[in-house]
Amino acid sequence: MIDTVTNIILLTMLVLTALAIVRMERLFAVVMLSGVFSLLSALLFVTLDAVDVAFTEAAVGAGISTVLLLGTIALTKPVERRARHTAFIPFIVVLVTGAALVYGTLDMPAFGDPNAPAQIHVGPEYLARTPDDIDVPNVVTAILGSYRGYDTLGETAVVFTAGIGVLLLLSGLRRRREDEEEDQA
Amino acid sequence: MIFHHLILRVVTKILVGTIILFALYVQFHGDFSPGGGFQAGVIMAVAFIIYGIVFGLTAVKKVFPEWVVHKTLAFGVLIYAGTGIATMFLGYDFLDYDAFSPAHPTVGQHWGLLVIEFGVGVTVTGVMVAIYYAFAGRPPSISDEDW
Repeated sequence: MIDTVTNIILLTMLVLTALAIVRMERLFAVVMLSGVFSLLSALLFVTLDAVDVAFTEAAVGAGISTVLLLGTIALTKPVERRARHTAFIPFIVVLVTGAALVYGTLDMPAFGDPNAPAQIHVGPEYLARTPDDIDVPNVVTAILGSYRGYDTLGETAVVFTAGIGVLLLLSGLRRRREDEEEDQA
Repeated sequence: MIFHHLILRVVTKILVGTIILFALYVQFHGDFSPGGGFQAGVIMAVAFIIYGIVFGLTAVKKVFPEWVVHKTLAFGVLIYAGTGIATMFLGYDFLDYDAFSPAHPTVGQHWGLLVIEFGVGVTVTGVMVAIYYAFAGRPPSISDEDW
């Protein structure tokens, strides 16, 4: 009962935040609201007992993303440019996409269904074997680091590649060297 | 500029140490509680970013120079992949941490998890700080009054 009430309140606040983000024109407020959106999603993950995911959402979504978006605003303009076209076609696209997503959920198992593929495939085996194989209380860490070590190595490589990409695009190493030469001159 | 944002500067000085301590807790306590390398790396980066926002890019680059950041983000992946290579040299599969302590496999697993999570944390810290430097290092086009 209390879970249902919490979920309804959180989801309502999520929708309100999303609507506010769409309506706002001052991008500073939009960035702050997107941080609020991430924190609300993190709370939803907590109610689903996915604490690790909630932690990541709060740290990455609400923390770092907000800072980087603020950095981007500082490089551009603080006010959204007024749209020159009507929002009719984008609205249709959003409606169709949303309908497709809802249609997709119809085939999904019910929430908390014990016979869902996620519950009967490798999950129980990981849960049963972790105390003997690895002996750490946080099974998420055991799966991420040990059973699925390859995947996590791949994720780390993705983060690394993303960082290299941003550096190549934005850091302007050559320009900075020229600036330093000018300073010395 | 020195006298601007006095409260922010004082609070930041208190917070930065606590944030780093929390990041280390999340990093090395990941086996027992929520969290791990990814989250710890982000939190660690936040400590440097806050310092950079309040005290300026030049100040934070003295603490964490750009060339160190660039080495850091590659070093983490190296730690992770190196762990896998090390287990292979010990005669086990790639990333099979039993290799570190054949008599007590769970001890080996604990060591393996600790090391690879550290690698993840190092890379994520490096990437986040590098991205922040890249953004903050460009000349801003709007002044403080426009906010």
